[in-house]
Amino acid sequence: MSRLVIRGGTVLDQTGERAGDVVIENGRIAAVGEKVDTLAADTVLDAKGCNVSPGFVDLHVHLREPGKEEAETIETGSRAAALGGFTAVVAMPNTDPAHDTVSVVDFVRAQGAKAGLCEVLPSGCITVGRAGTQLAPFAELAASGVHLFTDDGNGVQDPQLMRNALEYAGPLGIVLAQHCEVAALTKGAVMHEGACCSRLGLPGWPSIAEELMVMRDIELVRLTGVPMHFLHLSTARSVQMVRAAKAEGLRITAEATPHHFTLTDEQLNGYDPVFKVNPPLRTRADIDAIKAGLADGTIDAIATDHAPHAPHTKEVPLDEAPPGMLGLETALALAISELQMPLAKVVAALSWKPAAIAGVADRHGRPIAVGEPANLTVFDPNQQWTVVPAQLASKSRNTPYAGRPVRGKVRHTILNGVAVVVNGTATR
Amino acid sequence: MKHLLAIDDLSADDIHRLLELTDHMVEINSRPIPKVPALRGKNVVSLFFEDSTRTRTSFDTAAKRLSADTMNFTVSSSSVSKGESLRDTIETIAAMGVDAFVVRHRSSGAPAMITRWTNASIINAGDGWHQHPTQALLDCYTIRTGLNRRDGFDGLHIAIVGDIRHSRVARSDVQAFAALGARVTLVAPPTLLPPSLQGWPVEVSHDLDSLLPDLDVLYLLRVQRERMDEALLPSLHEYSQLYGLTDARAARLAPHALVMHPGPMNRGVEMVADPGELPGSVILNQVTNGVAVRMAVLFWLLGSGSDLAEAS
Repeated sequence: MSRLVIRGGTVLDQTGERAGDVVIENGRIAAVGEKVDTLAADTVLDAKGCNVSPGFVDLHVHLREPGKEEAETIETGSRAAALGGFTAVVAMPNTDPAHDTVSVVDFVRAQGAKAGLCEVLPSGCITVGRAGTQLAPFAELAASGVHLFTDDGNGVQDPQLMRNALEYAGPLGIVLAQHCEVAALTKGAVMHEGACCSRLGLPGWPSIAEELMVMRDIELVRLTGVPMHFLHLSTARSVQMVRAAKAEGLRITAEATPHHFTLTDEQLNGYDPVFKVNPPLRTRADIDAIKAGLADGTIDAIATDHAPHAPHTKEVPLDEAPPGMLGLETALALAISELQMPLAKVVAALSWKPAAIAGVADRHGRPIAVGEPANLTVFDPNQQWTVVPAQLASKSRNTPYAGRPVRGKVRHTILNGVAVVVNGTATR
Repeated sequence: MKHLLAIDDLSADDIHRLLELTDHMVEINSRPIPKVPALRGKNVVSLFFEDSTRTRTSFDTAAKRLSADTMNFTVSSSSVSKGESLRDTIETIAAMGVDAFVVRHRSSGAPAMITRWTNASIINAGDGWHQHPTQALLDCYTIRTGLNRRDGFDGLHIAIVGDIRHSRVARSDVQAFAALGARVTLVAPPTLLPPSLQGWPVEVSHDLDSLLPDLDVLYLLRVQRERMDEALLPSLHEYSQLYGLTDARAARLAPHALVMHPGPMNRGVEMVADPGELPGSVILNQVTNGVAVRMAVLFWLLGSGSDLAEAS
């Protein structure tokens, strides 16, 4: 029987904050309290100056396997996740082949288990091949354990098909997640439509392309009563519409990424493709709205949209480069550094709130109490560090934060009672 | 100054100096043997990812008149479709020993990206909808000589008419004309203007006819057929009705006013009148001045720093 003790930290969960050691035995929390006996411990992890919180859950990562293993594998992405404090990640379906059959999602889950660094939760496609024409086998995929369905990378354009998807999904208890983008409004789009794109001579990616789909889908949720999750909201008007919809009691949840609350379209002034992302970086006013949405709970979760791309694919002109940026290893630090929010709210948006949306609230984002599964993150909210791309565990290097000083770093990550990150280093 | 990527890299003083240098180049070009050894031993590579015979030939002629060695690369397909990144392409050619790349690319920002991967000077010969700085300089030179305005464009009123949204010429000209003191009015239907004009030193009009008598320069841009497919215009015919230069409109211009066009012209669309019959047309002067301006730019970026007269 192995016994692991996390000593000297401040426990922070949905019940509040208190000083205390955490004892873990056989994958579960065996004791929580002050000054526990560490003599019998096999491993003692120092948590002085740290918070001990439920493990983080990322609703939105691209692990690229199968299909684009040159950019990331499930193992390297899982390592980046563990180092970022995540004990569970939802893998987006835009792999090759896509997540539209049980065999593919089983493969993704198994690769995650093999890596053993975090729980990899495959999402399912809404439509076959993410092509937007034929419904994916929701019930089969749900029976194999898939909870969140999305065509991420593409929005579901056809309103009839989206209505059918919601109605069909209703009794299955799954959640459909929309990438809100009316494609007809973003043909060839490279960056946010505004003053910058006008000066730089680049095709604009208008806010209205996101907002029209948010508006449409709010009405479809009203019509069908089936819950829906909005991925990576990026505009002030989107936040406003979701706030109003929630106030009406509609079953809508939403996420926002760290880059959408930290970076503006002005980053594109040097035409560096590392700043190209979908949805695009927008304006200061949008950042303020995203922050306000996180602060008042309109936006439930911080999700990274971790999108690795091999270096050579970003060494091309901006319009030819694929959109996407790394996020897993910098999310906590950016949330702590940039959101003027109490730590408990930051952790809520990273842990138990996304855990509920991902359908894993039985094992992730649990209160830190005796008998609970030991999926935990130990982080120092005050540690200063600088983002160095070469030091990231991801197989790719496309972080937009190179050289940026930030505050807040994961020290240890515990997955099912096993320390997968110790003192900021992955153990496997 | 190492690169010429955009007009806003230049101060008004820089533009004036380049135009004065162009005067010297015009003089050289008027000699029986229009060639000087100023850039002997320098290797100037034209790297055209998009076809443009006229701009490439103009740069080529300019480099040769300064005795530089020249190489031409035309990369027909995009770098991505060949499986080679832009970086690979640049590093390979740079390894042959290059002093300057003259770059034309269909993607805005490509020349700016290229500066990261080579020590050579980069001259932007047109990138996407972004900039075409030597076009703006030759346009300034043409106005400067055509209206005898050596000291700047204060008090001049210039209208740029047409597809501003998709035009690198417009983006460059607006900055250059305004830097020299001109009042610039953009004339186009709203669908052919950029989504935002915040920070642009311009006025906007949708009514060409009311402006005509007040203009010192009427600058027409090419309007492309594909703008109808994108539903930005109902028809080229309708565009021509509203914004095309007809004989009737030409007659309403002031006698001294210049008519300009970056070429190639869309005859019967933006240019309905016969440009050969327009007294104010300086369209061919633009082409002639292009060689001298490009000589000035090459000498400015690659010259030894010694006086041109001495070098020649």
